[in-house]
Amino acid sequence: MANITEKISKLFPQAVIEGDTTPVVTIANDQWHDLALALRDDAELKMDYLITIVGMDWTENLGAIYYLMSTEYNKIIGVKVLAAGDRQQPTIPSVADVWKVATLYEREVFDFFGIIFLNNPDMRRLFLNIDWVGYPLRKDYDENPDINPVSTESERQTDFTDVYTLGADGKVEKRQERIFQKEDFVVNIGPQHPATHGVLRFRTAVDGETIKKIDVYCGYIHRGIEKLCENLTYPQTLHFMDRMDYFSAHNYHHALCMLIEKAAGIEISRRAQVIRVMMDELSRIASHCLFIGTYCMDLGATTMLFYTLRVREQILDIMEKTCGARMTFNYDCIGGVMQDLAPDFVQDVKALLAVIPANLKEYNEIFTGNVIARNRMEGVGHLTREDAIAYGITGPSGRASGWACDMRKLQPYSIYPELDFEEITATEGDSMARFKCRLREIEQSAKILEQLVDNIPDGEYCVKVPKMLKLPVGSWFQVTEGCRGAFGLYLESDGTTKPYRLKIAPPCLPQAAVVDHITRGQKIADLITIGGSLDYIVPDIDR
Amino acid sequence: MQDLSFIFTWIDNSLRALMPGWLTVTVECLLIGVGLLLVYALLALFYIYYERKLCAAFQCRLGPNRVGPWGLLQSFADMFKMLIKEIIHLNHIDRFLFGLAPYLVIIASMLAFAVLPWGNGIQIINFNIGIFFLIAVSSIGVLGILLAGWSSNNKFTLIGSLRSGAQMVSYELSIGLSVITMVCLAGTMSVEGIVAEQQNLWFIFKGHIPAIIAFVIYMIAGTAETNRGPFDLPEAESELTAGYHTEYSGMHFGFFYLAEYLNLFIVSGVAALLFFGGWMPFHIPGWESFNHIMDYIPSVIWFLGKAFVLSFIIIWFKWTFPRLRIDQLLSLEWKYLLPINLVNLVLMVLIIVFNWHF
Amino acid sequence: MEVTTKSMPYEAFKDNEYIEKLVKELQDSGTNVIVGSLDKLINWGRSNSIWPLTFATSCCGIEFVSLGAARFDMARFGWEVARSSPRQADFMMVAGTIVHRMVPVFRRLYDQLAEPKYVIACGSCAISGGPFRKSYHVAKGIEDIVPVDVFVPGCPPRPEAMIYGIMQLSRKIKVERFFGGVNRQEKQKEFLAAHPVEGVED
Repeated sequence: MANITEKISKLFPQAVIEGDTTPVVTIANDQWHDLALALRDDAELKMDYLITIVGMDWTENLGAIYYLMSTEYNKIIGVKVLAAGDRQQPTIPSVADVWKVATLYEREVFDFFGIIFLNNPDMRRLFLNIDWVGYPLRKDYDENPDINPVSTESERQTDFTDVYTLGADGKVEKRQERIFQKEDFVVNIGPQHPATHGVLRFRTAVDGETIKKIDVYCGYIHRGIEKLCENLTYPQTLHFMDRMDYFSAHNYHHALCMLIEKAAGIEISRRAQVIRVMMDELSRIASHCLFIGTYCMDLGATTMLFYTLRVREQILDIMEKTCGARMTFNYDCIGGVMQDLAPDFVQDVKALLAVIPANLKEYNEIFTGNVIARNRMEGVGHLTREDAIAYGITGPSGRASGWACDMRKLQPYSIYPELDFEEITATEGDSMARFKCRLREIEQSAKILEQLVDNIPDGEYCVKVPKMLKLPVGSWFQVTEGCRGAFGLYLESDGTTKPYRLKIAPPCLPQAAVVDHITRGQKIADLITIGGSLDYIVPDIDR
Repeated sequence: MQDLSFIFTWIDNSLRALMPGWLTVTVECLLIGVGLLLVYALLALFYIYYERKLCAAFQCRLGPNRVGPWGLLQSFADMFKMLIKEIIHLNHIDRFLFGLAPYLVIIASMLAFAVLPWGNGIQIINFNIGIFFLIAVSSIGVLGILLAGWSSNNKFTLIGSLRSGAQMVSYELSIGLSVITMVCLAGTMSVEGIVAEQQNLWFIFKGHIPAIIAFVIYMIAGTAETNRGPFDLPEAESELTAGYHTEYSGMHFGFFYLAEYLNLFIVSGVAALLFFGGWMPFHIPGWESFNHIMDYIPSVIWFLGKAFVLSFIIIWFKWTFPRLRIDQLLSLEWKYLLPINLVNLVLMVLIIVFNWHF
Repeated sequence: MEVTTKSMPYEAFKDNEYIEKLVKELQDSGTNVIVGSLDKLINWGRSNSIWPLTFATSCCGIEFVSLGAARFDMARFGWEVARSSPRQADFMMVAGTIVHRMVPVFRRLYDQLAEPKYVIACGSCAISGGPFRKSYHVAKGIEDIVPVDVFVPGCPPRPEAMIYGIMQLSRKIKVERFFGGVNRQEKQKEFLAAHPVEGVED
C-alpha cells in the first residue's frame, strides 16, 4: 500500500491520504479528473476497476467517495471528492470517460443526492421518475407523502437526456440531447415482460430484428433500502440484505455482519464462520441452479427449469431445517448465526453432494451439448476482458471474459484462505462461457462443502453482543463475493446506534449498464440470451 | 377391413327417400358441418389435455388431476371459461381485420379436416387432388396470423406476425417437397388413392431411404408450420410476450389456442397418411394371418392412434429443445432442408424408375 | 351451501367469513332453476380454470416459480397456463413490492385484464408495504390501486400458502353469478369511479 500512497502524493502533493489498509485520498474538486486519469493509466497504480461511487451528504457539504481497485496489483483505494457549489447545484467533474461504468454510477448519485456530474453524457435520474421532487438520500429530504404521491397516471417520459457542462464564465450550462432519433422504431421491452427477470425496462430501437440501441430504465422495484437503513439500528438493517438479491441472501447477510463486526471489533467463533461459509456455498449452488433453469427457459427449453429446481428444492430443505424459512432466512447475525445447525444438517448436505454430479451430467446432456443451444449461445454477446473491467462486470459473467475477479481469492475473508477451490475462468466471453462458468462453479462450491462438511468445529455459534450496538465514529469499506459478483458495502458511523450512511454496491447494477454495449447489432432474441446469461436480479439493481 | 361407408350410404338413401335431392344435399351438408364442429372441438380439447399431461410427465410433474377423473375435464373447464370471458374492444385497431383473423386461422384448419382419411370410407371429400387441396388450404392460416399481428397495432404482435410470415412461407416449401416425394411414390394425389397404395406396406417401409429422409424433413417442417417449439418464434413467450395474439382475449384468443392444437393434429394426421398408411392397418406382405388380426382393429382407431403417436413426437420436441433464432431458423430451411429435399426427390424418382422400392 | 373445491374438505376452509356471508345473502335472495344451474356450470368452468398472469416484481415471484415446479405443481389444479399477455389471464398474483414507479404500470396491467378478473395480493409487501412500508418510494399496499380479492400473508408466503390462497379465490368465484345477482362488476365500477385514471376509459 505504501508505494501507492507515495506515488499519489508525489503526483498530487495537495491530496490528503488517510487510512492504512484501504487508504482514502481526499482531492480537490478541480483536480479530480486529472487524478482519475493518472490512477487509471499510471503503470504503478492501474486502478482500472471502479467498484462504486458512494454519494455522501455530510450536512454541511455534499460529496462522493469513489472506490477503485487495481486488477493487476489487487489494491483498493478510496477517493473522496467534495462537491463544488452550494446545495442547490453541487457539481463534481464526471469520470465517465475514464471508467465506462461511471456513467451509470454518476446517474445514481445524481438521483439520490442531486450532485451534477459535469460532462456526463447522460445526466438523467436513474431510479426515480423525472418529475420526482427532492433528492431522497439527502439528510434534509422531506419524506411527506403528499409531495410525491402514489400516482396511477402513466409516468412522464422523454426522448431527451441532459448534459451539464461548465461554461466559459464558470457557470453550469444545461443542454439537451436526443437518446432516440425520430425515425427509430422503438420497442418497449418490460417492465412487465417474462424475460426481463423482474421489472427491468429496455427501450429498444430496432431495425427489423436487429437491435440498434437499448436504453435501460431501472427503478421499477426501487425500494429505498439505503435510506431505510439510516433510520434503523444495526441489527435491524440486516434483514434488507435478504431482499435485494434474494438468491444471495446468506452471502449478503454474511457481508454486512462481517463489516459491522469489523467496525465494532467483534471476534466470532470458528464454528459460526464455518456455518456461514457453508451457507454461502449452498446458496451459491441454489442460485446457479436457478440461473441455469431460468436461462434455459428464456431460450425456450422450459423443461430444464424443472430439473434444476429439483436440486434447489433440496437445498432449500436443508436451509429450512436450520433457518426456518425457504427464502428470506435472516440467519447470520452480528456475532455469529441466529441458531445452531439442525441435527441432520451434515447428513443432508452429504446427500446433496451425492446427487450433484449426476445432476450436472444430466444438465450437460440435455442442454449444453444441444446443437440449438450451442448455436444460440456461442459467440453471442461477446464481452472482452477490458470491457468487463471497464464496466465492472464481476462474478461469473466477468470471469467468463477472462478476468479473475473472485473476491474470495482477491480479498480473502472469513475462512476462505484455508479452503482449496479453483477460481473458474474462461476466455471466450460469450453467453456460452458465462453459462459454463456457472455450471463449473457449482462443482467448486460442492468441493468447498465437501471440505467443510465433516470439519464443523464445536463451539458457540454466536458470541455475546450488546443489544444496542454502537459503532465508533469512522467509515469502513469491504468487498465480498455474492452469487453474482463483487458485493461492496460502505458503512459510515457517527457513533450512534444507527448507521449514518450505508451504501450498497450490488454486482448487478453494472450489468444493467453493459446491456446496451453488448447487444448492439445483435438480434432481439439475442437480447434475451445476453440478458439471461448476465443473470441480473432486478431488486438487486434497484435496491 | 370393414368399410364404414355403408353407414353414410344408408343415411343418404333414407334421406333421399324422404325428401327431394336438393334438400338431401343441404341436410347432409348441415349434418357434416355439425359433426365436423363436434369432432373439431373434442379433438382440440383432448389435445390440450394430452399436451399438458405429456409436458407434466417430461417435467416430473403430475399435470392436471383435480378437475374430473384424472383431470380429464380440465380442458372443458378452460373452454367454458374462455367462452364467457370478455372480448376486449380496443381502440386504434383495424376492427374488421382484427375480428377476421382468428376465423381465418380456424377455417384453415377446419378445411383441412375435410380431406383427412378418418377411416375406411369415412372421408368428407374425396377428390383426385386431395393432397394438393390440403396444402393449399393449410396455407390460409398464415394469412390469419399476419392479419392478427398487423391489425392489433402493437409492436410485439407485428414482429411476431412478420416472423411467422417468414417462417411459414419458407417451411411450406419443405412440406410441399416432401409431400411431392411421397406423391411420386404413390402415383396419385387423391387421398384415398394414397391410402390404397399402402395396402401391402406403409410408404415409410416401401420407399425406405428417401421415404425416411422425407419423413424426418416433414416432421421438422411440420413442427415449424404449426409454430410450435423449437420453432415457436411467432409467439416466443420470453421474447414477445404472446407474439401475434398478444392483444386477443376471450374466445378470439381461444380460437388461436384451439387452432394451434388442431394444426398439430393435422400435421401428424398428414404424416400418418403419407408415411404410415392413413387408416390402413399394419400389413406385412406374406404374413397373412398377422395381417388378418391387424384388420380387426377398427380403421378409425388406426388413424387416430397414428396421429397421436406422431403428435407425441412433436410435443416431445417442444419440451426438450431450446428455441431457434430467426436467422438460424431461416438458414436451416434454405441452406439445409431445401437442398436435401431436392436431392431426395431425385433419389425417390430414381428409385421408382428403377423399381428399387419394396 | 358449502362452497368448497375438490380435494380440500370444507372444514379446512371454515375461516373465511366473507364467503359465508356472501353465500348467506345468495340463499336469501333465491334463484331461478335454469339460470341457477347455468350459473353453476359457468362457475364450475371459471373456478377450475384460473390462469395467472406472469407478473412478479421480487422475492415472492421466485416462490411462484417454485409453485409451478414439480414439488408443488400448480398444474394439478389447472393453474399452470401462465399467460404473459394480460388480455388472456384471469388473475394477477401480485408477487412483490409495488413501488411508485411501478404503480401506473401495474394499474395498466390490471385495466388490460379481461373480465372476469381477480387480484391476489401475495406477500406482505403487496398487502401493506411490508418491511419497506416506511420507504419514500413504496406503495403502502395495493388495495388503494386495484381491488383485491385474496390476501396471502408471508414474506414471502410459502408455496403451500399460495395454493391455499388461489383455492380461496376459486371458492369465491364459485359463489358468483353470471346472470344477475352478485355484483362484482358493480363493485368494480364503484371502485374505478372512485379512483379515476386520466386517459383510461374503464
